[in-house]
Amino acid sequence: MTAAGPALAIAAAVRGGERSATSVVEESLAAIASGAELAAFNTVTAEAALARARRIDDAVAAGEDPGCLAGVPVALKDNICTRGVATTCSSRILEGWEPPYDATVVGRLNAAGGIVVGKTNMDEFAMGSSTENSAFGPTLNPCDPARVPGGSSGGSAAAGAAAMTPVALGSDTGGSIRQPAALCGVVGMKPTYGRVSRYGLVAFASSLDQIGPITCTVADAALVYSAIAGHDPLDSTSIPEPAGDMSGALGEGVAGLRVGIVAELSGEGIDGDVSARLGAAAESLASLGAEVGEVSVPAAVYGLSAYFLIAPAEASSNLARYDGVRYGLRVPAATAADMNVATRTAGFGDEVKRRIMLGTFALSAGYYDAYYGKALKVRTLVLRDFAAAYERFDVLLAPTSPTVAFRFGERTGNPLAMYLSDACTVASNLAGHPAISVPAGSGADGLPVGVQVMAPALGEAVMFRAAAALERAQADRRPAGSGGATAGSASP
Amino acid sequence: MSDRPGSGADVIWAAGSPGLGAPADTEWEMVIGLEVHAELLTRSKLFSGSPNAFGGEPNTNIDPVCMGLPGTLPVLNRHAVELAIRVGLSLGSLVQPSVFARKNYFYPDMPKDYQISQYDRPINVGGSLELPTGKVIGIVRAHLEEDTGKTTHMGGAGRIDDAAYSLVDYNRAGVPLLEIVSYPDLRSPAEAREYVTELRSTLLAVGASDGKMEEGSLRVDANVSVRPVGAGEFGTRCEIKNVNSLRSLGRALEYEARRQIRMLSVGEPVTQQTRHWNEDTGRTSALRTKEEATDYRYFPEPDLVPLDPDPAWVERIRAELPLLPRERRHRLAGLIGEDPARVSLVTERGQDDLALAAIEAGAAPAAVLKHLEQNLADGSGELTADGLAELIGMEARGELTSNQVKDVLAEMVRTGESPATVARRAGFEAVAAGELAAVVDRIIAEHPEEWRRLCAGDGRERKKMQGFFTGQVMRATKGQANGRDVAALLADRAGS
Repeated sequence: MTAAGPALAIAAAVRGGERSATSVVEESLAAIASGAELAAFNTVTAEAALARARRIDDAVAAGEDPGCLAGVPVALKDNICTRGVATTCSSRILEGWEPPYDATVVGRLNAAGGIVVGKTNMDEFAMGSSTENSAFGPTLNPCDPARVPGGSSGGSAAAGAAAMTPVALGSDTGGSIRQPAALCGVVGMKPTYGRVSRYGLVAFASSLDQIGPITCTVADAALVYSAIAGHDPLDSTSIPEPAGDMSGALGEGVAGLRVGIVAELSGEGIDGDVSARLGAAAESLASLGAEVGEVSVPAAVYGLSAYFLIAPAEASSNLARYDGVRYGLRVPAATAADMNVATRTAGFGDEVKRRIMLGTFALSAGYYDAYYGKALKVRTLVLRDFAAAYERFDVLLAPTSPTVAFRFGERTGNPLAMYLSDACTVASNLAGHPAISVPAGSGADGLPVGVQVMAPALGEAVMFRAAAALERAQADRRPAGSGGATAGSASP
Repeated sequence: MSDRPGSGADVIWAAGSPGLGAPADTEWEMVIGLEVHAELLTRSKLFSGSPNAFGGEPNTNIDPVCMGLPGTLPVLNRHAVELAIRVGLSLGSLVQPSVFARKNYFYPDMPKDYQISQYDRPINVGGSLELPTGKVIGIVRAHLEEDTGKTTHMGGAGRIDDAAYSLVDYNRAGVPLLEIVSYPDLRSPAEAREYVTELRSTLLAVGASDGKMEEGSLRVDANVSVRPVGAGEFGTRCEIKNVNSLRSLGRALEYEARRQIRMLSVGEPVTQQTRHWNEDTGRTSALRTKEEATDYRYFPEPDLVPLDPDPAWVERIRAELPLLPRERRHRLAGLIGEDPARVSLVTERGQDDLALAAIEAGAAPAAVLKHLEQNLADGSGELTADGLAELIGMEARGELTSNQVKDVLAEMVRTGESPATVARRAGFEAVAAGELAAVVDRIIAEHPEEWRRLCAGDGRERKKMQGFFTGQVMRATKGQANGRDVAALLADRAGS
C-alpha cells in the first residue's frame, strides 16, 4: 500500500469536513513557534494564513470543494514572490522590498486550497549548500541542531523535517531542493525544466532554476507537483503541456523497471554510509522485481565544473539589477555609479560576490569561449550521455549528497569543498531532467541519507513510480513511528 | 533636394585649411555607416503588457516586467516580431531563426542592468536600401531589442558627472526597437540624410514606426571616417551619438569629417572613439575611446526561447506588404518615362497615386508632374484625380489662363469640386470658340481704320494694332478670352 502522507490526509479531512483548516493552520503556526530556534522561517504570515483558513472553512461549510490541497499549510522558500509580503532571498540587498505580485506557483497553491504560512530561510540568492550563506543566519538541521540542514532550500527542508508544515516549496538550481531534503530526511523533488513556471521565482541561474516540492512522502510530493506544474504563458520556457496526475504511477510498482546506478556519481568521493544506503536501496528495488544494473554517464564527472561556470555566469547578469536605484537597499554616495558600488558592496554576502565575479569573468571578452562556451558544450555532452543511458534504463539511481549533514563551519572556509556538496545533483539541472531525493535510512551516526531517482525529460511519472517503491521498501525496514510525525498527520 | 551633390556619387572634400601641414590639395572623401534605431508601432512593450506610448506622465506606462522586478520574466510581443519581419522583407533581408541575447552594462535607466537584444543571430540579415538617386546602400542587419528608460540629470550643468541628482522615467523602458545597421556605403552628409529619409519613408510605408526624430522614435548613430580619395582602406572611424534631427545629422557629419581631416592633415592619427554631438556648440566631443568601451558580456537570453518564425507566416507578411517608396518611384517613373529620381518629390509627398489616376483619366503626364511639383507642395487636399485630369484638359484647350488654372486648382484642393464648377463660380467661364470668332469679327467691323493699319502695317505697326484688337476683344469678353486664341483668329482674318 502506498504511503499517503500528511498533506493528502489533511486535504482529505478538510474537504470531508472532519477537520477545520483553521485548526490545521493553528497547529502549524504553533509548531513553527515552538521550533523558532531552528530559524527555518524568515517571515511567518500568521494572520493572512488564518484568514485564508477561515475562508476555506467557510467554503467547505457552503458545500464547495476548496481543492486538492484544501487547508494544507505551505512554506515558501523566500525567493518565491508573494504579493505584499517581504521576499528577501535571505539577502540584505532586498531589504524592505515587497513584491507587487504573486509568483505563478503561489496562485496555483491558492487555487488548490493550500495556505501559505510563511517564507523560509535559504542561502542568499540560493547560492550555497548549507544555508550558512543567509544574511539572517543559518537554519539548524532538526535531526541534529549542530549540523547544517543543507541548502540552499535549508529552511524549507527543516520546516518539513520539523513537522512545521507538511508542504514546502524550494528551488533547485544545482540540487538546492534535493540535497537539503536528503540531509533533513524528507522528500525533495526537482521537476523537468519548464514543468513548473519560474514566474515569480527570483532568478539565480535562469536556465537551471526549477521550483519543486519538499514533503514528507513521495505521494505528497506528487500531489503538490501536480498542483503547481503546467503551462504558464508568463514563462516563455514553460512547457506547453499539462503535467498530468501522478497518483496512478505511485502504486504501479517496479517489476520489470530498468534501474541504472550511475557509476560516475556513486563511487569516488561518496561516503561509506551513503554508498551503503544506495546499495541497500538498489537491492530493495531489485527484490521488488526491478532490473538493476550499473550505467556510465561519462560527462557527469564534468557536470560540477560546467555548472560552476554556467550558474555564476547567468547569476552575474540576473543579479545586476540590484543596483540601489529602484528597490531594496540603497547606500547613498556622491554619484550614481558610486551609489551602485556601495549598495552592492554592503548588500551582497561573500558567496554572492564570489559567484558574480566568477560569472562576470566567465562571460568576459576573450574568455567566453574558454569558459562559458566550453561549459555549454559540456552541457550538451551531459545530455547526450544521459540520452544513451536512458536507452538502456528507465530511471537512474545515485546518491543525493556525497555525505550526510555536516557541521556548521566545516566547509565555509573552503568554497570548493562546499561546491562538492552538489556533485551528485547538478547533472539533472544541466540536463533539465526531473529528479527526486527519497529518504533511504540513516548512516552510522543516525543522520539521514537520501537516494536520488532520476528520469528523462518529462519522465515524472516513472520517476514517482520508482521513488514510491523505494519509499515503501524503506518503510518496511523502518521500525514503526520513526517517520517524523507532522502537525495534523494521519497514519497511512 | 537642392543640396544633393550631383548624381549622389562620392563627394570630394578639399582639406581647405592652409597652413596645416598636409598638401592643401589633398582630396578627402567621407565614409559613413548609420545605425538607425526605430521604435516599433506596437500597442504594448516588447516583453510586457504596458502601453508603448510617448508623452505619458513619468513612470505611468510601467509594469513589473519592464521594471525588471525580481522574479519577472519576458514574454515576446508577436506584433513586434511581425513589424520587424515587415521591415526585413522591405529591405530584402533574409528573415532567419534568431536568438535573443543579454547585453550587460550598468545604467540607472536600464531596469535589469542588461538589455535584451540580438547579437550573433539577428532576425534580419543582409538587404539593401535604394536611394532616389538610384544608389544602393547595403544593410548589415536589422535586429530587435528593448529600449531603455530616460534619465534627466538635475542641477549642475545637466550632465551625469556634475548633476545634483537624477530623475529616471521608465515609460520608454522595454519599448520595442529595431536597430537597422547599414554598411559604410554612404559618402556625404547629404547622402546620409537621404538614406535616413528613404529608410523613414519605408518604415512609415510598412507601418513599422512613426519615424518621429523629434520624439526620439527614430534615432541615428553615425560611424564616420575619412580617407584620401582613391585610398582602398577605410580610415579610423568615430561613432557620433545624440543626433536628433536630419539637420543635426548633416551638421554633425560635416563637423566630424572636418575635424578628422584637420587632424590627419597635420599628421595626427584619428583615434577610434564614441563622440557626443552638441547641437548648441555645433561640435562633437569624446565620450569614450575604444579601450574604455564596455565589455557587454553578451550571452544567450535564457529566459526566452529561440525565435523561429513559421515560414508560412513570413510569406503571408510578404504578400501583405504595401508598395514601398522605391517601388512607387519606379512605377510612376515608368509610366511617364522619367528617371525615378525625377519623380521622388511626388512619391515622398505620397501624391503618386493621384498622379497615376490622373494620367489614367487621360491627363498629360508632364502636366500632371508639373502641377504636383509646383502647385501642390502643401498637399492635394480634396483634389480628385478626375478633377485634376479635367483641369489639365481645360488648360490644354485654352479654356483657362494659367493664372486662372492656379486659382481653380487651389479651390479644388479646398473643396474637391470639379474645375468647371469652380471656374463658373469664379466667373472664369471660357468663351466658346465660335462665340469668340463672332466677337472678333464684330470688333474688326467696328474698327475698319485700325484693321486696315494692321493688315497693311509693318511689323511694328502690326504688333501695335494686334494689341489694340486683343484689348478690345478682352474688354468685350470681360477677360474670358484666351489670348492665344484671339491672336490666332486675328492672324486668320488678316490672311497671314
